Amino acid sequence: MGAVRALPEACQMTLWFVFALMTVAAIFAVLLPLGRNGRAQNQGSEVAVYKDQLAEIERDLAAGLIPAPDAEAARVEISRRLLAAAASEPAIAIAPQSNLRWRRTAAVLALAGLPLVAIGVYMPLGSPKLQDFPLAQRERVPGKAQSLENLVEQVQQHLEKNPTDGRGWNVLAPVLQRLGRFDDAVRAYRNSLTYNGESAERRADLGEALSAAAGGVVTAEAKSEFERAHALDADDPKANYFLGLAAEQDGRKDDAASIWRALLAKAPADAPWRALVQTSLARVGGGGTMPALSDQTIAASKDMAEGDRNAMVRGMVERLATRLKQNGDDVDGWLRLVRAYLVMGERDKAMGASVDARQAIASDAERLRQLNEGLKTLGLGG
Amino acid sequence: MIAESGHYALVLALGLALIQSVVPLIGVRLRDAALMNVARSTALAQLLFVVASFIALVMLHVNSDFSVANVYENSHSMKPLLYKITGVWGNHEGSMLLWVSILALFGGLVAAFGNNLPLSLCAHVLAVQAWIASAFYLFILVTSNPFLRIANPPIEGRDLNPVLQDIGLAVHPPMLYLGYVGFSISFSFAIAALMEGRIDAAWARWVRPWTLMAWIFLTLGIAMGSYWAYYELGWGGWWFWDPVENASLMPWLSGTALLHSALVMEKRNALKVWTILLSILTFSLSLLGTFLVRSGVITSVHAFATDPTRGVFILLILCLFIGGSLSLFAGRATSLKQGGLFAPISREGALVLNNLLLTVACAVVLFGTLYPLAMEMLADFKMSVGAPFYNLTFAPLFALLLLAVPFGPMLAWKRGDLLGVTQRLLAAGVAGLVAVAITWGWATGGSTLAPLAIGLGVFVIAGAVTDIVERTGLVRLPFATVLHRARGLPRSAWGTAFAHAGLGVALIGIVCETTWNSEHIATMKQNDVAQIAGFDVKLDGLLQRQGPNYREMIAQFNVSRDGQPVSVMTPSKRSFSTRGSSTTEAALLTRGASQLYISLGDANAEGAIAVRIYYKPMVLLIWWGPVLMAFGGVLSLSDRRLRVGAPKPARAKQRLQPAE
Repeated sequence: MGAVRALPEACQMTLWFVFALMTVAAIFAVLLPLGRNGRAQNQGSEVAVYKDQLAEIERDLAAGLIPAPDAEAARVEISRRLLAAAASEPAIAIAPQSNLRWRRTAAVLALAGLPLVAIGVYMPLGSPKLQDFPLAQRERVPGKAQSLENLVEQVQQHLEKNPTDGRGWNVLAPVLQRLGRFDDAVRAYRNSLTYNGESAERRADLGEALSAAAGGVVTAEAKSEFERAHALDADDPKANYFLGLAAEQDGRKDDAASIWRALLAKAPADAPWRALVQTSLARVGGGGTMPALSDQTIAASKDMAEGDRNAMVRGMVERLATRLKQNGDDVDGWLRLVRAYLVMGERDKAMGASVDARQAIASDAERLRQLNEGLKTLGLGG
Repeated sequence: MIAESGHYALVLALGLALIQSVVPLIGVRLRDAALMNVARSTALAQLLFVVASFIALVMLHVNSDFSVANVYENSHSMKPLLYKITGVWGNHEGSMLLWVSILALFGGLVAAFGNNLPLSLCAHVLAVQAWIASAFYLFILVTSNPFLRIANPPIEGRDLNPVLQDIGLAVHPPMLYLGYVGFSISFSFAIAALMEGRIDAAWARWVRPWTLMAWIFLTLGIAMGSYWAYYELGWGGWWFWDPVENASLMPWLSGTALLHSALVMEKRNALKVWTILLSILTFSLSLLGTFLVRSGVITSVHAFATDPTRGVFILLILCLFIGGSLSLFAGRATSLKQGGLFAPISREGALVLNNLLLTVACAVVLFGTLYPLAMEMLADFKMSVGAPFYNLTFAPLFALLLLAVPFGPMLAWKRGDLLGVTQRLLAAGVAGLVAVAITWGWATGGSTLAPLAIGLGVFVIAGAVTDIVERTGLVRLPFATVLHRARGLPRSAWGTAFAHAGLGVALIGIVCETTWNSEHIATMKQNDVAQIAGFDVKLDGLLQRQGPNYREMIAQFNVSRDGQPVSVMTPSKRSFSTRGSSTTEAALLTRGASQLYISLGDANAEGAIAVRIYYKPMVLLIWWGPVLMAFGGVLSLSDRRLRVGAPKPARAKQRLQPAE
């Protein structure tokens, strides 16, 4: 993003000049009537209204709308009021004397008070140093120093107009993923799938984005994407890795280990993700690449791995909990959190989270219903 | 430069309003014409500056200047131009600026066309206007400033709430605000009268056109809002007794009462104090509406943002003006002269009954709106007061009112002949009974009360027709005379007839829609056929389309009746990527006053889509009624005897003659 756009000196002067002109116009509006003598001007009176009512009766009578006796009665009534009004009229007439002292005070109020109030209120609120920044001008700024966000914005605008541009979605999606805009990345991968057609790689990418959006948890939705990817290409490394991770998160450590072991067996020796899979494998205690270890060592490494694994899951759950604390209206998120606590065997925390969840979305009946149903299936209903 | 100039113009308007709220009052005390005239010139200058400020904000939105926080938060460079403009008041800050612009507009109108007002009254009125204006300028500048800037402007805005991206936003809020704020004039006149310590028939004559104008706009604004909710929200509902809707209904009810009591005051010089009180109450309810909607006490489409400081600020304004005006009323009302006696059975009596019923109805709505809020705040207990409550309370009151409506205009002033009027209304009564009988015979299912309500609606319409027939002598006299008399009939009489008939029309629409609507909710696949109210609705297919700032899934339905194709309907679902939300665009097929209504739900993976199809008989009458009422209001307003500048010299009258 650009730096603070300060006004050049000349523009600054113009702005203050405009302010001064406006102030003068405002002061003038106050001073104008003070200088004139208002007595000559005509003003309305009650007498005129009653006279008009009398005329109205004549008109109704002429049109045959009211019978003559009614008209006569009304005429008498209005005439009576007319006389009363005429009698009281002079009492409220404008006093002839003009009060010079007060007029001067009012003039001073306008001349000094108005600019003081205006500046006094404007200065703390306004930003006279900032120039306008309309879209047209912004687009004229040459492409220097285009930040990644701006580029992404431009691509998004392009895709908004040409949503069927599959290549565009393909380019955009990984960038969004890297920027941490996981929800947008999910949408972009979905569009990429729609317009570029099925491929194991895209399905797996979508699954990855989905689990990233879920704070690292391979959700059912993400898992189904990985399964589709796996069905398309049984050797797709990303799908296999995440299916393993899903198994691990479900508590099926042996399944996870076997999936990862198979993945490593087929992997080219220089695959960049080898290390990641190996550490993952070690984590679930399936470090079976070295079968010659003694039982004791295996047990030890198993223990250690157990701790590591817990730390990792805990980290994930922690992240999810923090996210929900900031933005509590995500029903799925809450359910995931409760499920995670239950899996970790922390029933108290699970209960606590479900209470928090109810509070966070209490204002929305529909979501509350979803939550309650979800909790019931987890065995926490009631 | 535009942003800062607009901001500064608003600050200057505040300065002018402050001067306008003090100097004219000193002028009145000293009887100094020059000081009193300051009110008029400052009111005009204030209008100039507020309009400049509003135009500046519009330009910023049109130019997509995202260095202004308000534009960044509510606009998007790809939005169509119309929504860039309407988006100006599609958010809290902008809508408050529109509010004060309209307030300044009314102040400016009083200043410009008030030369027939006594100078001291004009000064008082404009000073009171300036108090209201100052309070709201301060509110805007301190808590909801639309001109705040962002030093590092983002590249793209966050877009307007998609539900609001509709032509309705161009019409509904300005109309509603013209109504709400229009009542500030009668409020200011009432306060001015209390301060001057005298009111008379002439006062009512000046107030009535303003009240009528505000009432027309409010009527149209509410009707428009209701129709908008009907077609945009996709549930086919048109009134939800939602607090925000009630907030607009309450000023309408008391404004209608005010309109009628001002009539008594003008014609018979009676009910003065009551009229003053109603003026105060009506505007207080408008302010209350603003508070409920703007403070975020209620969360809804209308509460664009919630911020406690705003709520507290508006609550302060509310207490200051309602409390202040009511205590002034309490202190001064006794000193006002009462006048004009009348028998209970008379036009005045009928109008008092009207006022009584309308104010009680208004009180019921007020209770239904505030009680749940109070319970939530005090007892931390959530409840909602909905249709069942209002059906039990509001509906009987209104039924009683409607039963009395045809009698009112036919009763004589001062002392009426109820029996005579009943005889003359016999034909209308028979028409109503016939309507009951016919609906009873035809109707299948539904409430037993429905035919009765329809009969009531027909009775109200027939009553309005009877009134005109009586006045023109349509049956008794030769046609030429009738024509002459019809032309000579005051337009306000025509206006009364139209407005009252509008009530009947709306009632028939409401009853038909709620009693005999049918709905069909299903998940449909391509070539599936749904049957509803004799129509066959076939889903031809789904297609995608790209709009300017949204993507749209359109479902194409072929509607046929007895094998004959009727029309093609294309409801759609739009998804807006910037806010990641979507809207339902219902498709409407109008047949006479009835409508077929299709809105889409979610599509599932197999290409099937949830569809809601409604058949709503006579539904359009619900909105034709208010339009008819507003038309009656316009007729009444065009009656030159009610003009703002009522007393015109004879020469001017002649000049105006051909136009009539």
